[in-house]
Amino acid sequence: MPGVSSVPDAAGRFGDFGGRFVPETLSRALDELVVEYEAAKQDAEFTAEFDELLRTYVGRPSPLYHARRLSDACGGAQIYLKREDTNHTGAHKINNTLGQALLTRRMGKRRVIAETGAGQHGVATATACARFGLECVVYMGSEDIRRQKPNVFSMKLLGAEVRPVTSGSRTLRDAINDAMRDWMSSVETTHYILGSVVGPHPFPVIVRDFQSVIGREAIEQSRDQIGRLPDVVVACVGGGSNAAGMFYPFVEHQDVELVGVEAGGRSDQPGDHASPLTYGAPGVLHGSYSYVMQDEDGQTSDVHSISAGLDYPGVGPEHSYWKASGRVSYTTCRDDAALEAFDKLAKCEGILPALESSHAVAHAMKIARERRPDEAIVVCLSGRGDKDAFEIARLRGEQLE
Amino acid sequence: MSKIDECFAKLRAEGKKAFVPFITAGDPDLATTEALIRELASRGASICEVGIPYSDPIADGPVIQASYTRALDAGVKLADIFAMLKRASAEVDIPLLTMVSYSIVLRHGPQQYVDDAVAAGVSGLIVPDLPVDESSALASICRKADLGLVHLVTPTTPKERAVRIARASTGFLYYVSVAGITGERRELPAELVENVRWLAAQTDVPVCIGFGISTPEHVRQLSPVADGLIVGSAIVRRVGESGAGEATVKAVGEYVAELLAAYA
Repeated sequence: MPGVSSVPDAAGRFGDFGGRFVPETLSRALDELVVEYEAAKQDAEFTAEFDELLRTYVGRPSPLYHARRLSDACGGAQIYLKREDTNHTGAHKINNTLGQALLTRRMGKRRVIAETGAGQHGVATATACARFGLECVVYMGSEDIRRQKPNVFSMKLLGAEVRPVTSGSRTLRDAINDAMRDWMSSVETTHYILGSVVGPHPFPVIVRDFQSVIGREAIEQSRDQIGRLPDVVVACVGGGSNAAGMFYPFVEHQDVELVGVEAGGRSDQPGDHASPLTYGAPGVLHGSYSYVMQDEDGQTSDVHSISAGLDYPGVGPEHSYWKASGRVSYTTCRDDAALEAFDKLAKCEGILPALESSHAVAHAMKIARERRPDEAIVVCLSGRGDKDAFEIARLRGEQLE
Repeated sequence: MSKIDECFAKLRAEGKKAFVPFITAGDPDLATTEALIRELASRGASICEVGIPYSDPIADGPVIQASYTRALDAGVKLADIFAMLKRASAEVDIPLLTMVSYSIVLRHGPQQYVDDAVAAGVSGLIVPDLPVDESSALASICRKADLGLVHLVTPTTPKERAVRIARASTGFLYYVSVAGITGERRELPAELVENVRWLAAQTDVPVCIGFGISTPEHVRQLSPVADGLIVGSAIVRRVGESGAGEATVKAVGEYVAELLAAYA
């Protein structure tokens, strides 16, 4: 396959995928963002400030942890967890929001908007905005607001305004629509901090780059702790930002197998899962050409996942590119397997993983059993599971105060 | 020469300006849409834009989005919309355009979409989420089919880019009056008139203004400046309030008559 640096091209294309399919009103802002981001990347002061924030504010590097009891319980390969759950705000999302908040300040904009599904990106954006004194509005589907009350309250405590979205399916996809609409009217003064590697060019590149600290650290830590690179790297894929950040630095290391895990939901029937790379087809959603769940007329399909962060009908264009080139393989993990992995990690290692990350853990447990004990699997533990306590209690029929 | 070109040639020869209403296909049902097209044509519309409902329309405000949701909830399908357009285009003289998301065009296949549109008697397309930079493949298909491909220029478009868009646009050029989404507005921006005059001087393609136009006062103010005015949300809102059938046709007919009376 072509070198990693060859994508995307100037039009934001990763092979056939990506691009920019948005109303003309946004063209200038996206062009300016390309220029501003390229300049920021070359600016030593910018990167130094970002690195310093990651170190002293986020708490990086996040540990690479050898989950020995979990590995033993599986009885095969060694499982290592890249602990993004130990970050400030409890997930990988903060890496991106701090980077984009720095960009916002650099562009002289004072207002930030964001979308959120589970609320992790919303909290991470509200946090970054508080840190930089930026006004922050977070769009969130009213259905997700109901499911994720603690995160909604946290955002308010951090000074953000949470705007409920009552159109469509009232979830992440509709929150992105409303954030885009806000941006159409406010683009001169406002930056949109998109939370995943989706959307029009240059968002998929910007978010991937800010998240790729995950993979860079994992490479260094693997060399230190395992003495070599891992045999397999596993990450969950909704929009795909933690996976993109983890995989991107590994792409050039051809011996390392990369596996993305989509939300398999209840079944492989339409509407029962959120696995566009596995069951969907290429199409345009939210400004980018990539795999998507659509009906035969091009209407976006309803999707389902137990995890709000994976409950999205599209996926970042670079993942579609990696699928097409064969560099990354994509599979699915069902709701029940994710819950089982959640339970196993909690009991074996004393770690409550996010339901999103539990999908990756479940797949790692499955393949660990089929591999030799001297093989190593690194899993991106993208976030912590405290936020899911209420949802898991509800599924078990338990009442929490 | 497409039917849209002929329409503007005739209007220019008569010293008149175009009135371009927008309605949503299948809101609340296709029979009402068809009746509305007939009504709009008989009241004096020059061109009719028909919106193809889409589940995730990021350029549209709440009124048009709600109409798309109503139509999709009622189960409208693209094949049925083309069948309705075929009947309507046989009955009315004015050009019909579809306003359609690129998501739908791409899923249907650009060549297939254009073929089906031509077979249905459609004269042009507006694809609001297909910027000029991504449009060359569809433009070449449209050119061969003599179908207009209308591009949009907005207040945020840099001038050089606006010239490039104006040159790529066929049928007419859509000038978006405000930076933002579709919807009615009490006040239109002060620099609007100046921007449209500048744009019209850059191209021979007729320039129509849309987004936010809803009152006879807007029409009096803007019709002298451009080749035509596009009215969407204000009509779609009336459809939403009146429901299916005769009541809607009457409400919309009376409203557009008021607007048409304000043309100089």
